[in-house]
Parts: sequence; structure tokens; C-alpha cells
Amino acid sequence: MFQKIMNIASLWMLPAILILILTMGLIKKVPIYEVFTEGAKEGFKVSVNIIPYLVAIIVSISMFRASGIIESTGNILSPLLTHFNIPVDVIPVMIVRSLSGSAALGIFSDIAHNLGPNNYATTLAAIMVGSSETTFYILAVYFGAVGISKIRYALLVGLLADFIGIIAAVGICNWIF
Amino acid sequence: MNYIFYFLIVISIIAGAINGRVQDVVNAILQGAELSVKVAFSLIGIMAFWLGMMKIAEKCGLITLIAKIIKPITKRLFNEIPENSPAIGDIAMSITANAFGLSNAATPIGIKAMEELQKHNKDKKSASNAMCMLLAMNTAGFQLMPATVIAILISIGYKNPTVIIAPTLLVTTIAFISAIILAKIFQKYWKPQFENNGGEK
Repeated sequence: MFQKIMNIASLWMLPAILILILTMGLIKKVPIYEVFTEGAKEGFKVSVNIIPYLVAIIVSISMFRASGIIESTGNILSPLLTHFNIPVDVIPVMIVRSLSGSAALGIFSDIAHNLGPNNYATTLAAIMVGSSETTFYILAVYFGAVGISKIRYALLVGLLADFIGIIAAVGICNWIF
Repeated sequence: MNYIFYFLIVISIIAGAINGRVQDVVNAILQGAELSVKVAFSLIGIMAFWLGMMKIAEKCGLITLIAKIIKPITKRLFNEIPENSPAIGDIAMSITANAFGLSNAATPIGIKAMEELQKHNKDKKSASNAMCMLLAMNTAGFQLMPATVIAILISIGYKNPTVIIAPTLLVTTIAFISAIILAKIFQKYWKPQFENNGGEK
């Protein structure tokens, strides 16, 4: 039931927003075509502005992933984590999910296909991937677009929240499944 | 950020050397650089579309209206931003789009919100409290339904994929609320650099 409502809401949210914006624009006598193109002009500039920040973050994270350090860290941590009932297979997901969204989804897909539907690791990985955004990517794009290079505590807060999310996922998964 | 950047690259090279994967690490530079440009260019069209739409929303007063509706909440979270600033409405729309899994719309709208916040920012290079708060709310990734994950679960024949919705929602809510609380706590102690020389990062 909840899922059905959510599916319909997700499908109709976007069209509803568009209808709302355009209708209200016309009612208030805003020249919508003119204003739209004026705003859209910014799209190219903003995207290009992001490039240096994206290059810095994506290149360094690609190097980090290629170095094999994530696997080594996983191996070191695994005795500790199995103690908390965290399956070894899920460890890469925990580390990668703050770094790269597509990689986290890829690893989750591997786990799901290798371990199958009736595995605790699949469920835990699904919850971890489903409940997070890629902190580093968001940081590069959002701050990059306005030229912020001194990020203060933003990354720290993002990573701490990710960490709390991991603990919550493990706790809740242990409790329900 | 300087230390993080240094750490990621130097550690990768050292770890690559230990694991005998230096070549992979070097190749990753080119792949990463290509990917960055691909990501940025793939954003241009959708960015232009939503920035155009948001401009209409702003001109017709919709953004101000939304800002007024959610004022009781945002007053506390973004107390440095004037109550009627379009930034507040943009933030609300960006969080809503995220919640419904419309990340294609959420990113351009979120960036629009950042630009509005930048107007109120004193030091244009350094993130303001409000910017860090918006980022915290976005990185926690509050989402009502994880559609992609459920699609993968369905594809492997997971018996009842919807069982993960409630726990996922609970986890993302916990992360979302802790991100907001953490941002509030840190903003007290981690002042921008021009006020206090201690905030080096």
C-alpha cells in the first residue's frame, strides 16, 4: 500500500511541479518563455564552473579506489566487524557509499547477484545503499557551482552522518531481520 | 580540504605501490578526469531546464510562497538568512525533490539554492553556516523510497523487496536528523577563517 502510494507520488511529483510553476507563471502574467530561457542560460555556465571541483574529487577518489586500499581496509576491519554481526561482503559497501554512488550501487548489485535473495548481507547492503547519498560528489557539485573552496566542517558532518547511518542500518537490520 | 586532497592522492599512490597496482592508480587519473567532464557535461541540459523553470517559479512568487509556508522550520535551521529570501523556497524544493527520488531535479534546484545563499555569504570562498547546513541535509540523502535498490532486489527474485522500505526510511531519517544536529553543533565551534584563524581545513 505504502509502496503504491509512493510510486504514484514519485511518478506525478515532477509533472505536478511543472504544471504548478507554469500555471502560476501565466496567471501572474510572467512572460514564461522569455524568463525560462533567461534562467536556462545559466545551465552551461554552472556546469562548466563545476568541472575543476569535480576533477579534483573524482580523480582522487578514482585513484583511491584503484589502489586497492578499500579491500585492504576491509580485510583489516573484518574480524572487528564480524563481531558486530556485519557480514564481510558488506564492508566494501560501507566504505564506498560516501565516495561513489555508482560504485556503491555496482558493489551492491554484485552482492545481490552472488549471494542471492535470501541472504542477510543482501538485505543489509540494500538498506545501506538505499539510505545514503554520495557525500563527496554532492560536496564537489554544490560547493563547486558557487566557487566555495574552504569547506569548513561540511565534509566532516557529511561523513559523520554517513557513519551514524551505517550504525543505524546495522542495528535496525539486526533487530528486524 | 587541502589535507583530504593530499591524503587521498598520496595514500592511493603508496597503497597502490604496496598492492602492486601503481599502473591501475595511474590509469585511474585519466579515467577519473574523463568521468568528471562527462558528469559535468551530462548536467548541462537538465541544469538549464531546471534553472529555467526555477526562474519562472521565482518570478511568479511561488518560491516566496513556499518559503513563507515552511518558515517555522527554516527559521531555526537557517537563522542567518533573511526570512523572505528565495533561498529558503529553493531549499525546500530541493529537499522535496530529493525525498521523492527526483535527483535530476534536486541537483539543479539545490545549486540554485546555493547561489542564493552565496549572495548572503560574506567570504565568497568560504562556506557559510547556511551552506554547510544545506549540504549536510543533502548528503544525508533523505529519500522516501529507494527505487533503484528495489529494482535490483526485484531482478534477483527477492521475495518481498518492499520490506526494506521501512528500515531504509528509518535509517535515512536518523542520518538526516543527525546531520542537521551535527551541523548546528559544529557551526558554533568551527567559525569561518576570517573571524578566527583556528578553522583550518
